[in-house]
Formats: sequence, structure tokens, C-alpha cells
Amino acid sequence: MKSFSEIETTSKRASRAVGFSWGIAEEVGKSVRLLELFGFPGIKNLNQYYQNKKKENYENIKLINQTNRSNKKLYCPITLGVSFLDQIKKIESFEKCSFQGIAYPILLLPFLSRCSEIIGKKILFEFEQNKFLLNFNISISSNNFQKELPSTANNIEIKFLENKDNFSDLDWKNLYKLSEDTFVEETDSLKKGAAGAGLTDND
Amino acid sequence: MKVELRDPNTIMTLSRLGSFHQSRLSFLRSFLYEFKDWEYKRDLFDLDEYGFGTAVYSFKKKNRVYSLVCFANKINDDERSDRVIATKWDAAFTLHDGVPLKGDIERLRNEVPKQEVGRLSYKELTLSRANKSVRIFDHVVESLSKGIQPNIDLLEKVGYLYRTTAVYGSGKFGLADRFRIKNREEINGPFRLEMMLVYLVRQFTFDQVNHVAKNKNPKFAVKLDPKICKNLGIGNSTGLGMAPFIVNHPTLLNNWILCRETALKKIREIKIVEDKDSNLFKDCVRNSIKNITSWNTESEYQLIKIKNLLKDVKKFINFVENEFDFKKDYPFNLIYLWLEKEACEECIEYIVSIMMEPYGEIVDPLIKKMSSDEEKYFNIPTDRTVEELRAILEKKYSNILSINFEKKENYKKFWFISKNKEEPRLADRFEEEGSNLEQPLAIARDIKELYKKILVTKNSLTMDKFLVENSHLRHVVRRAFIIEKFPYSEIQDNTISEKIVPIDMLRLKLSFCGALKFDPRSDKWLRICMFQGAPLPDELKHYDEQWVYNKH
Repeated sequence: MKSFSEIETTSKRASRAVGFSWGIAEEVGKSVRLLELFGFPGIKNLNQYYQNKKKENYENIKLINQTNRSNKKLYCPITLGVSFLDQIKKIESFEKCSFQGIAYPILLLPFLSRCSEIIGKKILFEFEQNKFLLNFNISISSNNFQKELPSTANNIEIKFLENKDNFSDLDWKNLYKLSEDTFVEETDSLKKGAAGAGLTDND
Repeated sequence: MKVELRDPNTIMTLSRLGSFHQSRLSFLRSFLYEFKDWEYKRDLFDLDEYGFGTAVYSFKKKNRVYSLVCFANKINDDERSDRVIATKWDAAFTLHDGVPLKGDIERLRNEVPKQEVGRLSYKELTLSRANKSVRIFDHVVESLSKGIQPNIDLLEKVGYLYRTTAVYGSGKFGLADRFRIKNREEINGPFRLEMMLVYLVRQFTFDQVNHVAKNKNPKFAVKLDPKICKNLGIGNSTGLGMAPFIVNHPTLLNNWILCRETALKKIREIKIVEDKDSNLFKDCVRNSIKNITSWNTESEYQLIKIKNLLKDVKKFINFVENEFDFKKDYPFNLIYLWLEKEACEECIEYIVSIMMEPYGEIVDPLIKKMSSDEEKYFNIPTDRTVEELRAILEKKYSNILSINFEKKENYKKFWFISKNKEEPRLADRFEEEGSNLEQPLAIARDIKELYKKILVTKNSLTMDKFLVENSHLRHVVRRAFIIEKFPYSEIQDNTISEKIVPIDMLRLKLSFCGALKFDPRSDKWLRICMFQGAPLPDELKHYDEQWVYNKH
């Protein structure tokens, strides 16, 4: 098998070869490495995209708005990903944003994953029937793991999820109650002698 | 008294970096220290009478085992080449994670001798190959088989039986990625497993030479005297492949240099130096003279450096022994200031290295800080402004900003990757084809271009917007925000100048590896020696930490 280091280096060089700057190529190298590390087909999609890029033109998005519609051509997932990463602090304020027409949407995934870490929020990435939950660049949950992914996504929605509990208050209370069984009831003597601080702190 | 860290604009120039020497911080020395109480074993030694076959050596502690798997092959003299274009070597090696099973050895036998065109697995950690120094190897076999020890002078001149021509790790050719092993306590230091490979290869060379001699004359052959073994190391031929590494790993470079600078600063801040420490320092300087006088090279460039080094070290010894009083406060600071005034760069850095010898308690904890989590600093802080970026450039790259890149001599060279060997190369952009495929290693030129661009850009513009129109400068924008936090992350010099001496870049890295006796064979490659004088595996439990200087 190929090491992740080889995956990163080859992706970087290939990206430079198809015309991206070295700085962008570095971003692609890191991102494809991340995709493969999370078990998604990064190399396969990057290769297909670069082969198609020779024949077809894609649109390079520069400034990202809440709603983004490409002009006839599909958005390039690399420039979109890099722009998204660069502008994430502004985009985050939209709470959600949408795109129409992205080529090889899976290639956008690692950029969003890195964004999730930067803003400290989970990001939900949806297109057609596919859903991906990006968890602070630590993991990616998906409803289509190991399924063939489309080379085009028409309607894409990206949501920034507020940090909130993933469980009910009742679940928490019950579990907490159980955890209390590890605590010791304090007697008067323990109250006096077992804590580190003094009984009065007026000195 | 507070001593400031040395200025990166002085320390990070190529001529200064190319004057660095090994020290207590060097990777091969910290490897020995870390593995001194591991169990060493020769697990397999299956060589034929001529020394060809398979051998396995290991280091073991509790449940962890690292095994060097060696394949010694017959090659013709006309096939032996140290250049990276070679396809056959006298021996090929890999460090396997754990105990290799029979199936592993068979798999490795097919792949390891092929080196760059073979495929390794995540179970292998490092990969290397080596060629015999034929003249020395044959002489040693000949002597031992006659029952006599070899000619010490001849051995001393070369310093090794074999020289490696590359040591690969970190995911190359399918080897394990660094992240798989980075949390292991014993390898919490750069290149530790590469050092282990070289160290075990050294032992293999002794065992092989003894084995061949014994088979040549079973009745009379003797073993190579362990004292002679100890004074032999492993040679290494290194070309430009190593040079881009230090540009491509800025935070790692910073951590290496910062640890060295921190050690120096703390030593200069010692008010009262105990006699035992000053005596150890003086002994090391005195004993080290032998390392200089036995430093052989035909390179005129290096010969001049050695001559100046020897002259200045002798002057320094005279100063320390006759004029200097270690009872003064902050003696090492006074010594350093004397060096800055009186000695050449090579000598300054030589003595700086030796200053660390008495101070394990200062230096050794720094070794754990020499690795880097590079991913952590990869993202560009795109909410920062052009004004902030300009301030960083002016503060951190002042030398570089003064270079005039309109002049041809300042951008004459370009770095590229050769198609046939996938190795970095340096060429003249006005005479050779290929500069359109230049690698991003001309940091000084690109920083200057970035600076020119931001001078005509609105101060309040944030990086996210700046990068929209300036994607071609993205790689140096990233570096500028790295150097803001990591002052020693950048070479403060021009890597594409007509005058560049690329071996300065190699020497920097090799000095941190712990190499001795840099022997430039041109401005683009050199030979070195590693582990010469180092304890043998059976001596590791109790060895002299100053072995580098105390060779016999």
C-alpha cells in the first residue's frame, strides 16, 4: 500500500502540474492525505478530476456568499475548498450556505473538515442523498461510506452546527445519578480535614 | 544575568549553518543514550563463505522489538556506485517493526535490495543500502585471515568499512508513516530509527568482515580487535537529496536550532562554573584536536576551513589555558564573547558544541523538544492583515529583503526534481532547460516578491482577500506566519544565488545527525562518517558520553 506521505507528496506535485500554485498544491496534498486517512477515495477522485480538467473548464470561485450559483460551468472543488478555508470566519456567520454545481464534491470534504477544527463547530455537508458530518477534523461520519460518489453535485448545502448536547437532559441526569455512586458521603470530620483549603480564608 | 538568544539573521546564514558541528544534541548521540539499556541481539547470521546472505539484529525492551534485516549481495566492481542513480549495492537494509517472520524476510529479500523501486510496508520503518570501501574491506579481510590486525593508519584515513548512500524513513516507498509511531517514548527525537539502522549496520560490517576472514583461513584467522572496531564508523555519501528537507520542514528546523541556541544561552548564563565542568570542557577541546588533524579531505574549500579551524582552536586552547580564569563570573559567556571576536565561524560553532558537554542536565531535556507537530502550524491565519504581514517580513527577513533579485547572479540557480530519480537537483537557469518546473525552494526571492506586492496593497486588507488575487504567493505567506512564531525556521540566505554552496545545507542537517569529518567531493555532495568512536553494542550499558572526543 502507499503511505500517506507518498499520497500527500504525489497529490501536491500533481496539483502543481495541472497549474495550481505551489501554495494551493500544498493544501491539496494535505487534504487528499486527510481524505484517505478518513477512508474516503481521495486519490481516485483527484485523479479523475485532474484528467477531466484537461478537457473541461471549471469555474474558480473567489469570494463565497451565502448562496452561490456557478455560471454554466461547475465549480472547481479545489479553489472552492481553499477559498472556503481562507474565508471560513466570515462564512461561519451565514450559519449555512449553498452552492449549485460542484465538480467532484468529495474533494471539498477535507477542506470543510479543516474548517470545522478552525471554528470549533461541527459542519454538516449535504448534497442530493449524501450526508457528511465533519467533527472538528477528528472524524467524518457519513451515510454513504464506501458507496460510489457522484462526480457532480447540483445542490449542495453546508450548515455550521451550534455546539450543543447530542442527548436529552433526562439521559444526562440518569447517567449522572449513576456516576454519583462513586462519591463518598462526607462526614463532619471529613468536611473539616479532607479538603485542601482552610475553613476560613480571612487571613 | 540574562543572555539573549543569538540573532537568526546571523545564525541562519548558509555559511554559519554550514559551520555547525555535532554535539550532545545530535541524533546519533541521543539515540545511543536512549537505547543504552535495551537488549541487543544478533538473531540471524546466515552468510556464505564470501559474506553474502541474510542477517538480523535487534534491540528489545519489554514488548517492543526493532529488527535490522540485512541482505548482503554479490555485485561486480563496475556496478558499485555511491550515486543515487545506482541500482545495485553490496548490502541493503531495512529496520522492521517487531520480529520479522519467515514470510517477512522472504518478502523483504525481494524488495529491500531494489531500494527505490521496491515496495516496503507499514511494518518497515527505515530503508538503506551501503557499499563497501573495497580497498579497506579487502585489506581487513586479508590481514585478519593471516592472523594479524589491519594497518591502523590506513583504517584511520578512511574511517569505515562500508558507506551508506541513502537512509530513508517516514513513509518513503511504502515505509510506515511517522504518525503510526510518533507516540512511542523511545523515538521522541528526530531520526532516531534512522540512527538505529546505521548503528546496527556498523555492527553488521564488523561481523561480516570477521566471517569472511574466518572462512578464508579458518585455522589462522583472528577477529578484528574491538578497539579497532570502535574507531570505525559508517561512511555516508550525501548529495542534494537532503538539501530541500530543511526548507520543507520549517518548524522542525526551528526546533533543532532553537534547542541548540537555548542550550548555549543557558550555559552562558551559568554564573559559577564548577571545576569538574570546566575541566571536562577543556579536556574535550584538547582531545578534539585529534578529530581535526585526522580529518581528511581533498576539497580545497574544506581544507581551508579545517586549516582555519585548527589554527583558531589552538589559539583558543592557549587562551583558555594561559589567559582565562574560570573562576570569573559567567565564564562561558566571556568565552563566547572572545570567540565572536577572535575566531572564525567554524571555530565558534565547534566550541559552542563542546560547551554543551558538561551540561547534560541542560542539554538532555531539550532533546525531547527537537521534533515538531508540523500540521499544527500549516493553516494560514487568514484574518490577519497586510499591515501585520508587512511587519513580520520587515522584522524577520531583513537580510533577505536587502537582496537585489534584479541582478542575474542572485537568481542564477534553480532547484528541480529529476524525472529519472525523483531527486532534487540544482542547475543554472540561463544555461539549462527546466526552470519552468522550478521547485518552491527559492524562499528569499519569493519573500521579496511578496514584500513588493504588499507594499502596494491596502494595509487593512485581510489575508483571505489578499490570497484571492495572489495565489502564487501562498506558500510564502504561510512561511511568514510560521516564522513569526518560530524565529529559526528559515534560512536567512539566498538559495538560488550564483554563489550558493549547497553542501552548507547538507552539512547543517548532517551535523544534527551527528556526522563527523565532512569531506566535500564537490559543491553538491560530500562524504561523512557516523558513529566513529562510538561504543559497540555490548558496551552500551556503561559508556563514556564524551566518546566523540575521547577516541584512541
